[in-house]
Order: sequence, then structure tokens, then C-alpha cells
Amino acid sequence: MSAHAGPRAIEVLEIAPGELLATARRLKEEEGYDLLVDVTAVDWPRRQPRFDVVHHFYSTRRFTRVRVKTRVEEGSPVVDSLAPLYGSALFMERECHDMYGIVFRGHPDLRPILLYEGFQGHPLRKDYPIGREQPLVPYRK
Amino acid sequence: MDRALPNPIRNVLEPGDGVVVNIGPSHPATHGTIQVVARLDGEKVAKVDVHCGYLHRGFEKECEAHTWHNLMPYVDRLNYCSGLINDFAYCGAVEELMGIEITPRCRVLRTLLSEYSRIADHLTCIAASLMELGAMTAFLYMVMIRDYVYEHLAALTGARVTYTYGRIGGLAHDLPEGWLARLDEILVQYQDFVGRVHGLMDRNRIFIDRTRNVGAISAAEAIHWGYTGPILRSTGAPRDLRKDAPYLAYAELDFDVPVGINGDNYDRYYVRMREMDESVYMIRQLVEMLPAGPVCVDDRRCTFPDKSLVYSEIESLINHFKLVMDGPQVPAGEVYHAHESPNGELGFYLVSTGGGTPYKVHVRAPSFVHMGGLARLLEGYQLADVIPTFGSVNMIGGECDR
Repeated sequence: MSAHAGPRAIEVLEIAPGELLATARRLKEEEGYDLLVDVTAVDWPRRQPRFDVVHHFYSTRRFTRVRVKTRVEEGSPVVDSLAPLYGSALFMERECHDMYGIVFRGHPDLRPILLYEGFQGHPLRKDYPIGREQPLVPYRK
Repeated sequence: MDRALPNPIRNVLEPGDGVVVNIGPSHPATHGTIQVVARLDGEKVAKVDVHCGYLHRGFEKECEAHTWHNLMPYVDRLNYCSGLINDFAYCGAVEELMGIEITPRCRVLRTLLSEYSRIADHLTCIAASLMELGAMTAFLYMVMIRDYVYEHLAALTGARVTYTYGRIGGLAHDLPEGWLARLDEILVQYQDFVGRVHGLMDRNRIFIDRTRNVGAISAAEAIHWGYTGPILRSTGAPRDLRKDAPYLAYAELDFDVPVGINGDNYDRYYVRMREMDESVYMIRQLVEMLPAGPVCVDDRRCTFPDKSLVYSEIESLINHFKLVMDGPQVPAGEVYHAHESPNGELGFYLVSTGGGTPYKVHVRAPSFVHMGGLARLLEGYQLADVIPTFGSVNMIGGECDR
């Protein structure tokens, strides 16, 4: 685990996939980061491991932020769901699952949220072509 | 049609011992394309399944294929009520990555326009939710003021709701002649008409019966579900990024953070009403302190050279060409930059690998997170309460579905 301060002194933690739930629990219960602000991922296709899963936390008492980056492999893009700790994780993790195919272990309901049932692929991955169309209802001729 | 249309969602609610009712996504009272599937126990909502995504248009993917400048029209289409705040939050994020300090006049103008947009946004939200409860007069009063604001912003930016007025390192242009005088007239009218709405609604028996103790939530639960903005403040938690982590010129302003007590629909109405008053107070201070000077930084990495120079000297011509074709060169790095939008925390998470196009743009949209907790606000109340509760959350489809 390493920590360094970036612009506006946001603290950045880089952790291994197995440590996410424990880290989040510590952040919430000991450090007072009670608001899960955001869940997303960044795709680095030429890097191993390929994905960064990025969580942003905010403390509503100290007004500080922390960013937790978890690197996961393309072969098993799995991290623990933070749904047991934060209710807001439910929707945000579903979106991240839609867009990047990250699997949140322990999430009760990973149905598509912004996409639809049966959508092929994960559009925010860099290898998804920007021009590819998958209309749910076929276009009228 | 001979073939059944495919269903975009997999339903998880079985009727069981209740009736399953579908509301939306094109219901007149779900202003915004959202679908609420509710299992009822008599008139009571027992379980709710909220679906969004009907307005998804690949915003974040599209951002990765355009230059940093070209995103400006996209980001203000995220929210049709307060596009300027989206512009400024995005510009703020890029400027933080580039290490740019905006000019004092731009800082004050952005703050002023943010507060002005907040008024427009809150007016829209309150007007719509009152109208759904049958308060047509209050709706017309507020929408009238909102249209004065929209027309006034159109005089400034050239567009009614999609302004594209922010620029990386500044603003598109300075205020036109007489703009501040008209601003003052509108604020006076605002106070008149919002005073009338207070008189019509605050102690209105019907309004109180429909909103008091409906959709109530505690502060701890609101934080658990990721609520920010007026919804969190209505529970009594005075959390406001403008106070807690001041950006733009907010540190120099005197203002209060209004809070509620119960976190119910009535408190959300009242918190928004009070916030607009605070915004007016802030705008008056900002007009007083508005400094003279340029609105754009003098930085060739992002600011376009003056048109007359583009046509008369080669350096400016090349500069203009490079800014249009390659985009502003943003150093590699990542940033999360949040503004207090009318609905809550609006954050931009940008990743740059250097160069003129973003590597990743992610919007932390308050509406999307709020939809995640909507079930908590709806369950246990009457089916008819879905409409006022949903109205009080002020979901904006554009930023929710992106």
C-alpha cells in the first residue's frame, strides 16, 4: 500500500484486489470516510494488470477525500463489492460493471443499468469501437 | 407489429401477494425518462425497482474522441437546468490538471453565474413538483421567473439552456452592456413572486398533508445512500461543498447553509426555497465585488488568440490552428474536481495521458447516485406519494444516464 498527495491534496491509495473490502471498512470505521462518492474504472489495454478500479471517498466530518485504486487483471476483473458498507455502491458498481465488465463480488444485483439486457461487450473499454451500434429496437428502413 | 418488442430490463419483482405497477419511462409525471416498477400492498408501496438508462447516449465514450475544448457543448447538455455549473466544474477540473489560475474577474463571474443557475434549477424543481400536486399558480409564478432567467442568460450566452459559455482558462466573452442592470430587475421580481409562492404553499393544508413526513430520511441514512446537496441538507446535515471545501469565490462570500429537520418532502421544498434566497444574497455581494480586467487567462496553451491577431500574424495563426486541430495540451495526470451543483456533488474525474484529448472523462452525477437511493424514499409510502417524492429529488435524465 502506498500513499501520496496529488493536486488539492487528495490522498491516493493503491491496493491489491483482495484488500479492497478491508481497506474500505477501515476507511469508513476508523478514518471517518462515510460517503462513497464515486466508483469507476480506467482501462489501460497495454498494461498488466489492465484495469484500475477507482473509488472516491469523502469524509463529511473532515472534508477530505481519498482515492482508492485497485488494479485487476483482464482475465479475472473481480473486486469485492462495497454494498455491505455503502448503499450508494449498488448503483455505481452496476454502472461500472456495464461499462468495463468489472465484476463486483457479493453485489446482489448486477443487472445492466445504463445499458440493456443482452448488450454485447463493455462500451468504455478501449477496444470497443466508438462507432459500433447495437440498437435494441431495429432501425426503421 | 408482428414481433414483441424486446424488454430492456429483466423484471425482478414477482407479483407475490401484491400488484406490480409500472410507472414510466414516459409517464407525464416522471419528468425525465425513468422507470419505477413498484409492488403494492394495497395502496402502499412495498418494494420498488428503479430503472434508469433510457437516455444513455455514450457521453463518456464520446468524450474520449474529442479535444478538451470540444467537450464544452457536451458537458452543459448534462443538465438542462444549470448547464453553466457543469461548464464551470468541467473547466475547473481541466484547469486543475493544467495548473491554471483563472483571472479574478472570471472567478467572480463564474461564481455569480453558478448561483444564478442554481436559482433557475431550484425554480424548475420546485415549480414542477408543486404543479404535480395541483398548484398551478405557484408553478406559473416560478416558471415565469425562470424564463426571465433563461432569457437573460440567452442574452449573455446566445442559447437558452445549452450555453457552452465556459472556456478552459476563462469564459467565452465578457458580460454584454446593461446585463447587470437587468439582473437586478429580475432579482427584485424574483423576491416578489417567490414571496407569493411562500404565501401560497408554506402553510397550505393540502400541501403539508401531501409532503410532511413523506419520503423522510435521516442524515446517517442519506449519507449511506450517497445523497448530497439539498436532499442531505434537508435531513439537518449542513454539508455544502461551497462552505466545506470552498472553490471559486465562495470563501469570500457571506452566506448560510439552510438545513431541514425531518428530511421529508416538505423540508426539501423549504431548503430549496431558502437556498435560492441565499443565492440572491450571494449574487448581490458578487455584483459589488466584481473586479475589472480580462475574463480569460493569458496562456497560449488554452486561450484562443484575438481574432485580429490570427489574421495578421503567423504565430497567432499557428496557435489558433493548433488549439483547434490538436486541442489544448493537458499534462498527464488525473484529477477529481467537484462543485456543489443544485442537486448535489457534481464531480469530474479526468484522466489525461498528455495531449489534446482526454483519456477518460467520468462524471459523478448527483442524479444517478440519488436514483440508487430512491427506493429507500419510496418504499413504505403510498403509491400517490411516488410523484411528489420523485419530484423533490429533482432527477435530471441527462446527467443521470449520460
